[in-house]
Amino acid sequence: MKTPIAIAALLALTSGPALAQTVRMGTEGAYPPYNFLNDAGEVDGFERDVGDALCERAGLTCEWVTNDWDSIIPNLVSGNYDTIIAGMSITPERDEVIDFTQEYFPPDPSAYLAASDSADLTGGVIAAQVGTIQAGHVAASGATLVEFATPDETIAAVRNGEADAVLADKAFLEPFAAEDDGLMLVGEDVAIGGGIGMGLRESDTELRAKFDAAITAMKADGSLNALIEKWFEGRTGPY
Amino acid sequence: MLPYCADPDTLSGLTWLSCYLTTGKHMAFYLSFLTVMALLLVTAPTALLFGFGGAVAARSRIPPLRWLGLAYTSIVRGVPDIAFFLFFVIALDQAFEWVRHKVKCPDWTEAVRQGNDFVVCAAAKLPLSTAPQWMHEIYGFALAVLTFAIVFGAFAANVLSGAMRAVPRAQTETAEAYGMSRRQVFRRVTVPQMWVYALPGLSNLWMLLVKSTPLLFLLGVEDIVYWARELGGSKTARFSDYPHGDWRMWYFLALLVFYLLLTRVSEIILDRLMARLTHGQATVGADTRERAA
Amino acid sequence: MSCWQTIQDYALRSVGYGERLLPRDDFTLCHQFTLIGSGLIWNVYFGALALCFGFFLATGVALGKASPAPWLRKPAEWFVFVFRGSPLFIQFFLAYFFFITLNNTEIAGVSFRGAFDWFTSAWLGALVVLFLNTAAYSAEIFHGALQSVPRGDIEAADAYGLTGWPRFRRVIWPTMLRLAWPAYTNEAIFLFHATTLVFFSGFPAWQQKGDALYYANYFADKTFNPFVPYPILAGYFILLTLAVIGVCAVVNRRLNRHLPQDRRQRLKLRLRIIR
Repeated sequence: MKTPIAIAALLALTSGPALAQTVRMGTEGAYPPYNFLNDAGEVDGFERDVGDALCERAGLTCEWVTNDWDSIIPNLVSGNYDTIIAGMSITPERDEVIDFTQEYFPPDPSAYLAASDSADLTGGVIAAQVGTIQAGHVAASGATLVEFATPDETIAAVRNGEADAVLADKAFLEPFAAEDDGLMLVGEDVAIGGGIGMGLRESDTELRAKFDAAITAMKADGSLNALIEKWFEGRTGPY
Repeated sequence: MLPYCADPDTLSGLTWLSCYLTTGKHMAFYLSFLTVMALLLVTAPTALLFGFGGAVAARSRIPPLRWLGLAYTSIVRGVPDIAFFLFFVIALDQAFEWVRHKVKCPDWTEAVRQGNDFVVCAAAKLPLSTAPQWMHEIYGFALAVLTFAIVFGAFAANVLSGAMRAVPRAQTETAEAYGMSRRQVFRRVTVPQMWVYALPGLSNLWMLLVKSTPLLFLLGVEDIVYWARELGGSKTARFSDYPHGDWRMWYFLALLVFYLLLTRVSEIILDRLMARLTHGQATVGADTRERAA
Repeated sequence: MSCWQTIQDYALRSVGYGERLLPRDDFTLCHQFTLIGSGLIWNVYFGALALCFGFFLATGVALGKASPAPWLRKPAEWFVFVFRGSPLFIQFFLAYFFFITLNNTEIAGVSFRGAFDWFTSAWLGALVVLFLNTAAYSAEIFHGALQSVPRGDIEAADAYGLTGWPRFRRVIWPTMLRLAWPAYTNEAIFLFHATTLVFFSGFPAWQQKGDALYYANYFADKTFNPFVPYPILAGYFILLTLAVIGVCAVVNRRLNRHLPQDRRQRLKLRLRIIR
């Protein structure tokens, strides 16, 4: 049918020789303080700062792209962007499909956020974002898991009484607990998942080496610690 | 940005609201309405083209072509559109890059599929990784249009092949009597006549298309639903100058009003179009219009 | 683990029987086929029940729309306009919010907490939305058919002395159904497709009990490969669509059984797609 014309049109799109390498940074844009869209609609947050600093050190031009969390890995391996920098914990399952740089944020415990101190964390209703490691943890823990599409909805579910508590990364929950009198962190922290690293295609070893070196440098001169202290209130830099 | 919005914390009431509603994020939200409208306007003719191709293929006298046409329409119509959207865009993108890869880098020796990775040579990337962001957005938009067009083309093919069958046999017979070939009959008689039969079905399809646009965000286009979710979600004061609770309900109500208006306007326009097309064809027009009611 | 064992463990997982935990590694094709098929139970449940209940409401609304009395006609027209004019995606979202809000309201000191619990879960809340949605679409189809009932049929009924309810029940209604059936078949197919939206917008999934799309999504998420689960889902839906077409064809034959052979409408998916 229309294919020959379409292909011709696509071929025509190509321009001249490649210029300086542009690295496309894929993020979700909905997970403060790691990454979110600020009032101007731009990607902002801890990872924006880290990513920009890394690109500067590695001498790369970087471009920020947002993508839905659900399809963030398929779009990386299919080449729609070159890195994932979206608060993604390094897990063995993910490591089988993509490669990670060394961590730029230490393993962060997960925590429960609830509307009352007496929330039942083992037998009650626990909310989590669908497809997260926390959802898997709740399913295995014996509590009743209720899954929502976005992190926002999990918080809303606790506010309106749909769920007793929400299990998510502690750094994500802390601002909510601090600002909303009705919400508090309860129970013990849960250690799931490794540190947070940048995800890259397994075939992109060269780019990974560049970012790895840049992260090492940032850890060494303390600039990474400074960024962590800037974005995560009350934390001291671990590196 | 309005001049008095520098320090939103000090504002209240309507002034606060006027600042809140003019942030960069909200501007992107308003722009996304245009994106949706543009998508609708581009997709409709593209889908019609696919539909026409499908309908012609389905009534072809060459068996493989006929089977292809029939398979296209029945498979795509049997599957929920959402299931298509979830994997089809990536597949389409990979297919294009693969073709370009074969054409542009014939002496590339490495495999395109390396484990999970899909790797093509840099010149085959679409768009090139050096291309500015707007090129990527246009390309994403084009992929979305193509996906929508393929899905809705299957429905349009069904409508059009019904309309081709509805052209009275006497008309085509007369044309044959004048010595026209099969191809000429199709081009000069069937196609010009079928539109009036197809219009009720096509208007319904347009309504369907309008109502499936909330799924656009699945295709990676930042559409109105994406922004409504993003803007409506609760914001803490640390990360926004305009902290607020969960306002998604208001944003979604706004979307509801938008869609109802769009439906109403479309209904009025399509009714007028139908009246004009059937002008002077009182019997058929009255009949089809009644059935479309 | 053999595939038979997997089927025993997971075939009814979507309704809460069998293994409590979903498979977490070594995903086989068997896992994917079984669980996505298991989720299909919900799609059939939502589709079948919404169609059954919606059918009756649709008949009522269609009659209301055709009524000369404005207090009947206006509400019917608005009902159809709102539900046909807005995307189901947004209807689900708003309905979930609405039920949650009802659950948290207090009127004159009386708390409704808990009274709407059932509505906030998908099995009832989403069913209500789908029911209203299909009722609106079907009402439009029935209304169109009602307008095209041949005048002769009604005159014949008058001649037999049939009036009011018996005339409707025995003459108008069967003819209306017969005329509307091809379009109604299309509506049924679309409704089954629409059930995939239940867990996708608005309604949360409890204890990993979801519909076919939910499990397809789960596997796509765990295997990072969308090219296996979604085509499986598509395959299941093609089968489901064929089943719906088959059932509707049987009904169509029954509706048209009194007509002479050459006047029977063959059940083809008519050129007009109402939805």
